Amino acid sequence: MTHVIDTFTIVMLCAGAFFFLAGTVGLLRFPDSLTRLHALTKVDNLGLGFIVVGLLPQVDGLIGGLKLILVWLLVQLASAMAAQLIARVARVERRS
Amino acid sequence: MTGAILFAIAIAALLLAVAVWVVVARTAFTATVGFIVYGLLLALVWVALSAVDVALTEAAIGSGVTGMLLLGAAAQLRATEANVESTSLPLKLSAGILCVLVSGGLAAVMLDPPAVAPTLAPEATAKLSATGLGNPVAGVLFAYRALDTLLEKVVVVLALIGVWSLTPDRAWGGVPGLRLYARPSGTLTLLAQVLPPVGIMLGIYMFWTGADNPGGAFQGGALLAAMWLLVMVARLQPVPPTSLGRLRLLVTIGPFIFLTIGFAGFALAGSFLAYPIDYAKPLIVVAETGLTLSIGVTLALLVAGPAERSA
Repeated sequence: MTHVIDTFTIVMLCAGAFFFLAGTVGLLRFPDSLTRLHALTKVDNLGLGFIVVGLLPQVDGLIGGLKLILVWLLVQLASAMAAQLIARVARVERRS
Repeated sequence: MTGAILFAIAIAALLLAVAVWVVVARTAFTATVGFIVYGLLLALVWVALSAVDVALTEAAIGSGVTGMLLLGAAAQLRATEANVESTSLPLKLSAGILCVLVSGGLAAVMLDPPAVAPTLAPEATAKLSATGLGNPVAGVLFAYRALDTLLEKVVVVLALIGVWSLTPDRAWGGVPGLRLYARPSGTLTLLAQVLPPVGIMLGIYMFWTGADNPGGAFQGGALLAAMWLLVMVARLQPVPPTSLGRLRLLVTIGPFIFLTIGFAGFALAGSFLAYPIDYAKPLIVVAETGLTLSIGVTLALLVAGPAERSA
């Protein structure tokens, strides 16, 4: 049983790492601020989501799992808001 | 080679690269962003070294609050930045040589450690149970190094007095010139409505759990400061004038309580900042509560800066 859980964790962590890698490539390769922002925030959220899902079976106790999910939700909130704010500045700068 | 060593090498290389980036960055803003990244990476290093207390402080104070202060300074300097003459070559050279000497000296000390590091850790932890604190860092800060802890809290208040003393005469006691978000009911407003309940709870938790787990007044206070600043920047709450009595009370109440407990130590336990054995934990919690509040308010006011318009 532990093998199944460990395999699940490894697969999920690898998926998360892949999305982080994809996001980083997007950040480096995409042509302008808005698309780079898209790559950074969307893909990071997904990557972190996979990592949190992968780590959930490894924590002991309900509280530890809830903390992990809270971290994920807070990062989602922060990165979504930061993306909005930066995007607004980028749009204003492009107009002027 | 194990994974841990690979991770250590990778993060050390990354830290060095970011440090170089901060030094060679062309604008103050870029350097500040690099500095914040550097602080967060350094926090990861402290976690890897099992120094979670230090990691939390590095992330909250070293990267967060200091980063905010530097961003404010960079914004102020942006107008003058283009006109700054570049420094002369001899000055650059001598600064470089000085830095290399200091780094070399530090490296020499670090790379040749004694075979058995001198440590007081076993003796310190042996008597820790008397304080009722489970977190050895909190125990050392409040039992063995209480004077240092008191002074570092007073230093924060002194820093605020220093910032306030930059106030022009006409604005004295007025409202700090914190840069506010221009658009009402925008993205930031939503964030300032959703995040503070969670952030304030985490701040209080971090102070409370500091007795037995990593955390404490500085980390909790920094979170409270961030939440207050967020609410003020989003215009959900007005920035208070620096002459407000309640505000000044909050700034000083932590050091005041700590000092009172310190002087009471003369009568109750025989020396300054000594705790009577049965009341050590409650007294420390009372001091920590006041200090968390004071640190939160003081850090936020440091970021808000000196008063710029009269109340």
